[in-house]
Amino acid sequence: MSEQYYPISVLVRNEPGVLARVAGLFARRGFNITSLAVGETEDPQVSRITVVVGGDHHTVDQAAKQLRRLVSVIKVRDQSQQPRVERGLALIKVKATPEQRTQILQLVDVFRANVDHVDNRCMIIEVAGNRNKVEAMIDNLKPYGIMEVARTGQIVLARDRSIKEGMEGAGSAYVPDPDEDPQGTYNLYQNN
Amino acid sequence: MTGTPYTGADAVVDALRAQGVELIFGMVGGQIMPVYDALYRHRCFGHVLVGHEQGAAHMAEGYARATGKPGVVMTTSGPGATNLVTGLADAFMDSTPLVAITGQVGTSLLGNDAFQEADMRGITMPITKHNYQVQSADELPEVFAEAFYVALSGRPGPVLIDLPRDVAVSECERRQATPLPPTGYKPPFKGHPLQVERALQVIQKAKRPCILAGGGIIHASGHKHLLEFAELLNIPVTTTLMGLGAFPAGHRLDLGMPGMHGTGYANLSIYNSDVLIVTGCRLDDRVTGNVQRFAPSAKIVHIDIDASEMGKNMHCDVGVVGDAGQVLMQMLAGARQWEEKPDTAAWLKQIDGWKAKYPMVYPQSEGIIAPQWAIQETAKLLSSDDIVVTGVGQHQMMVAQYYPFTKPRTLISSGGLGTMGFGLPAAIGAQMGAQDKHVVCFDGDGSFLMNIQELATAVRYRVPLVAIVLNNAWLGMVAQWQRMFFDKRMSQSETAVPPYDKVAEAFGAMGRRVEKPSEFVPALEWALAAAKDNKLPVVLDVMIEREAEVLPMVPPGGANAEFIPCKSGECK
Repeated sequence: MSEQYYPISVLVRNEPGVLARVAGLFARRGFNITSLAVGETEDPQVSRITVVVGGDHHTVDQAAKQLRRLVSVIKVRDQSQQPRVERGLALIKVKATPEQRTQILQLVDVFRANVDHVDNRCMIIEVAGNRNKVEAMIDNLKPYGIMEVARTGQIVLARDRSIKEGMEGAGSAYVPDPDEDPQGTYNLYQNN
Repeated sequence: MTGTPYTGADAVVDALRAQGVELIFGMVGGQIMPVYDALYRHRCFGHVLVGHEQGAAHMAEGYARATGKPGVVMTTSGPGATNLVTGLADAFMDSTPLVAITGQVGTSLLGNDAFQEADMRGITMPITKHNYQVQSADELPEVFAEAFYVALSGRPGPVLIDLPRDVAVSECERRQATPLPPTGYKPPFKGHPLQVERALQVIQKAKRPCILAGGGIIHASGHKHLLEFAELLNIPVTTTLMGLGAFPAGHRLDLGMPGMHGTGYANLSIYNSDVLIVTGCRLDDRVTGNVQRFAPSAKIVHIDIDASEMGKNMHCDVGVVGDAGQVLMQMLAGARQWEEKPDTAAWLKQIDGWKAKYPMVYPQSEGIIAPQWAIQETAKLLSSDDIVVTGVGQHQMMVAQYYPFTKPRTLISSGGLGTMGFGLPAAIGAQMGAQDKHVVCFDGDGSFLMNIQELATAVRYRVPLVAIVLNNAWLGMVAQWQRMFFDKRMSQSETAVPPYDKVAEAFGAMGRRVEKPSEFVPALEWALAAAKDNKLPVVLDVMIEREAEVLPMVPPGGANAEFIPCKSGECK
């Protein structure tokens, strides 16, 4: 039961090889990546990687700290403790005879999903939402026969705090960073 | 040079000059030739042409470890660059500041499996602190400025710059590096005051405190603060292999090295401590043994510049992220205000009991050289400022146990990676960085062979080091494990090495074979004098007790407190 999912947001320098650095770090230290999403940000020099890590508190603490060691990494935040908006997208190709379409369309409606394609043997359904919602949609479509699924990684924004908090002091001697408390998130967890 | 266009290669040389580089270790080859051409034209700093690129990397490590300045390595692409891999991994594990510059095929050929192409950025990603592939000559000043800053600051480490040939030959503007671009790289320096205060609160209540000091103290030049802190509060200090020299051996509070081959009293002190102050040390498995039974009743105060070390190998009760020297200074300031200091007299008395019960002794036989004895005799002939370098194996552990290091940067050894063949090239680099000192390289007969080609380098550049090969014709540490844990099945552990004194002479160095204890000290006296007088390396091939064991020893997976103690008397 201790295995949980932790979304971590990572701001990185937008430079060649940076994704390999982050992915390689996870591979060689044995962290389990559940999903990974990379994209541009409001600043063309900065990319944002959202990685969902499976494991326990200790794993996610080490993963965040190891990420901070990378020179290409500008900022790391474990978003699991934040009120947040979390979205991923799935395209689901499901078997659907013309008779089954109505039923499936009802599901699509309930999940506020979209139908992107219909032919006489299948439909492609697009569903966006947090992990649980996407999985629930897939589960509900399983009885019809899922032909294939393509999923994006989750992307996450905290509701109230900007990830850039604490970045003002880059380069100076010591600036307390709310996400990089020297007490270490590790101790924070220990006390709980 | 008027009329010659200013190219990327010139920018490389200017960037190195801007960083105050005095010496480069390297090997020329196809894709790096434009930079070597610039070195030839500018003639602004020294270059050591090595026998093998691995040697260059270890030399740069030895130079860096002896001087505290970054070591610089330059090689060509492909095999020249991949030969650096072991040295980079070694530097990464031991946090040694290194900047490696590798040639690369032109950008238009990248990814085409061109001649002597190897993806150095990909290969070295896990074993460098950071690496770069320069895309345009215009980036060079910034890339080099950042590379040196990254290599030296925070927790030091190796940085690699991959330089495609077309970048080196393309024309560019001669200019200074502009300030570094925004990045999240902001190495900590001072500890957080709140954490320092929490650490002090734990220490103040301690009854059986112990300090575990690692190589971070040496990187931070924190040895004086460590001594002052330990003396102020009367806390005993044990130093890891990388930390040896950070606390003076023989001091009343010194416990020697902990861990697998640590002293019994260091391991017992850690095991029985109620507060363990870990500083500049990453609690590697060779130090902790079985983690569950390492300091089981202690509160752990962990001071390290790398936040990821907090809780990585072991839980920590109070973590202080910062430079070990700075944090100790902050803690000193706090502890000096205390009206009541912890009373450790009873604890120190208990430790004295362990020192008496488990002394560092070794068996000796008439007419046969015990390696531990040779190490102790060597220490008597050298001054405390002289530098000792080792290879990896039994001799390395014996040096760590029996050589009394009292000053930082006097032991240079491959700790984390355990690289056999490290000794000779690292000694060359160390001697080049510290020309006024004696540099003695203890090596094993197996380890010495691994980079023996660098004897040619030592002769060419007239490096007056003394190599003492403790020769038992075994891969000794492997043989010891086979005797202890593999029922004496001596699988592939016996060596058949050439006579190293003769090998040395053939290389143009000097050598002498030593077989009896009575010959050892005279031979070493001769070697130390002859090396300096002739400005040549000297190799002593010393035949030692073949089955000498490194003891104490904690069997792998065991608890440190359950060590196999030293034996004494006659050899069996």
